[in-house]
Amino acid sequence: MNASANRFSDLEAMSLRVREHVIRMSGGGGCFIGASLSCVDLMVYLYKRALNVGPANFSDPNRDYCFLSKGHDVPALYGTFAEMGWIERERLAKHLDPKDSLYWHPNRAIPGVEFHSGSLGHLLPVALGVAYDLKMTGSKAKVVVITGDGELNEGSNWEAMLVAHAHGLDNVFVVVDRNQFQANMRTEDLLPLEPLPAKFEAFGGSVVRVDGHDFAALEKGFEELSGRTTKGPKVLIADTTRGKGLPSIEARADRWFCKFSDDEIKLLMNELHGGAAAGIVKEGLTVR
Amino acid sequence: MNTTETNKTPTPAILPPSCKYEAMLREELAKNPRLMVMTAENRAMLRNLPAFAGPRFVDTGITEQCLVGFASGLALRGRTPVIHALAPFLTMRAFEFIRTDAGLGKLPVKCVGFVPGLLSDGNGATHQSLEDVSLMRGIPGMQVFSPADEDDLVAAMPGIIESPFPTYVRYNNRAPVVTHAAKLGVGEAEVLKEGTDVLLLVHGTLFKEAFEAATALEAQGKSVGLVNVRWLKPFDAARILPLVAKAKTTFTIEDHFRTGGLNSVLAEHLMDAGQTAKVHSISFEEKWFRPGTLPAVLENEQLTGEHLARRILGKI
Repeated sequence: MNASANRFSDLEAMSLRVREHVIRMSGGGGCFIGASLSCVDLMVYLYKRALNVGPANFSDPNRDYCFLSKGHDVPALYGTFAEMGWIERERLAKHLDPKDSLYWHPNRAIPGVEFHSGSLGHLLPVALGVAYDLKMTGSKAKVVVITGDGELNEGSNWEAMLVAHAHGLDNVFVVVDRNQFQANMRTEDLLPLEPLPAKFEAFGGSVVRVDGHDFAALEKGFEELSGRTTKGPKVLIADTTRGKGLPSIEARADRWFCKFSDDEIKLLMNELHGGAAAGIVKEGLTVR
Repeated sequence: MNTTETNKTPTPAILPPSCKYEAMLREELAKNPRLMVMTAENRAMLRNLPAFAGPRFVDTGITEQCLVGFASGLALRGRTPVIHALAPFLTMRAFEFIRTDAGLGKLPVKCVGFVPGLLSDGNGATHQSLEDVSLMRGIPGMQVFSPADEDDLVAAMPGIIESPFPTYVRYNNRAPVVTHAAKLGVGEAEVLKEGTDVLLLVHGTLFKEAFEAATALEAQGKSVGLVNVRWLKPFDAARILPLVAKAKTTFTIEDHFRTGGLNSVLAEHLMDAGQTAKVHSISFEEKWFRPGTLPAVLENEQLTGEHLARRILGKI
């Protein structure tokens, strides 16, 4: 346990800083804080440990790819990029400044962003084209697509799973941020996804399910998938908690898109660092 | 669970191209290693291509959305994908993918829509793309090409493949009734006749009928202009607007809804130029057409050369 904690202590520290960025971006005009906090750990793991990708090697044809299909998580992505040193931390304060390109969904003007997203169900199909070309050119690179669970309502994902399997795209890694919520409610209360592994397997995927907040589990799962010989895509279902890191907003349907005042952000930062629950009782739900 | 080898379709021998369009794609594939050909199981014009193209041919099955996304991913890797699906499903079912992936991404995805407009024959309204020009030209950066016939289509494709922009092509394999000017580039219209009484502006499927109407009107002593518009976007305003100014009456002729097609394009360019003109639209107004064989539909919709000439005479 201690050995494991030590081995991932840098990632844990980085995740904490990324969560601070996400919380700060929920000030001003607000952001999709719940879904951003759920995927911080898996993003930190992927960029820091699993993938060979970053602005420095974007023009390398054999680099890995990482597509963020659930684009509304972009505060977590940009927070991760800031901690990777790809964008300046100070730049995050320009969130929602029309003169910059940091807004509620990813823009390729930001170093590290593979492709714009926001409309759900787009980037798995796009990733297939990249994966197909990588295979054609003999590259062993990986193509990761981070999807939401609510996003799996979109049929284009399932089309893409059929196509990926048919074309033997075993270099595609679908990473599902399984935080159990979509915008307004629990996924299981709208279009139930479970048993999710069986669904992916029926479409030709090879699945591993892990705790998406446990770096050791993420690493073990990703490495296990990487080592598998499959015909179709590899699927890592990362079980996560919406709002992870802030117990007062965790797993709450009404903490989807939030806009917090400066004082509230101070309370949330305190809570993130182990202080008392922020206890923000105002109606936080903004349906978008 | 797995399909056994014996159940698989055997690898076909490389047969000669099934049509001029396929022959053109083979030439381009041989010249351009970045070129990819894709389809959402619309193989009518690619019948013998898969064996020739090998891995540079990708059939995604009946998945228009995935087709466009996949093609955009290939384009991100520096490929130029030419993708094929039935025009209504490509431009409508996959519209948002074309708009958001290829369009917003500024990717050189070449979208070829099969059986557009009247070429859907007996399929019925589900298959009638009478709004494809309107939809595609509304996407920033998207080019829209509607050739007069197979020759016009095949001659233009190499330039379209070479162009860095996403492009929508209204696939038209009707037999040519004229020999087209050589070397028409992207955005260039073809002026076949200049006239002062009537100017006929036509794109795509109805070129043959417009040509016949022009001939019939000339036989009645009218001075007739005829333009194969070809490109709805970019629109060849420099060639076309002076011809509109010269003619007493202009007719836009298209197998498209009146909204958003050639008639609208012309109106926009006339307004930009501060130019007024007497213009009539021959198009589909708030209706789909009764399906049947193409000759029967042309007759039923009063779009044969003879009908067009009569309708035009009635308006001038």
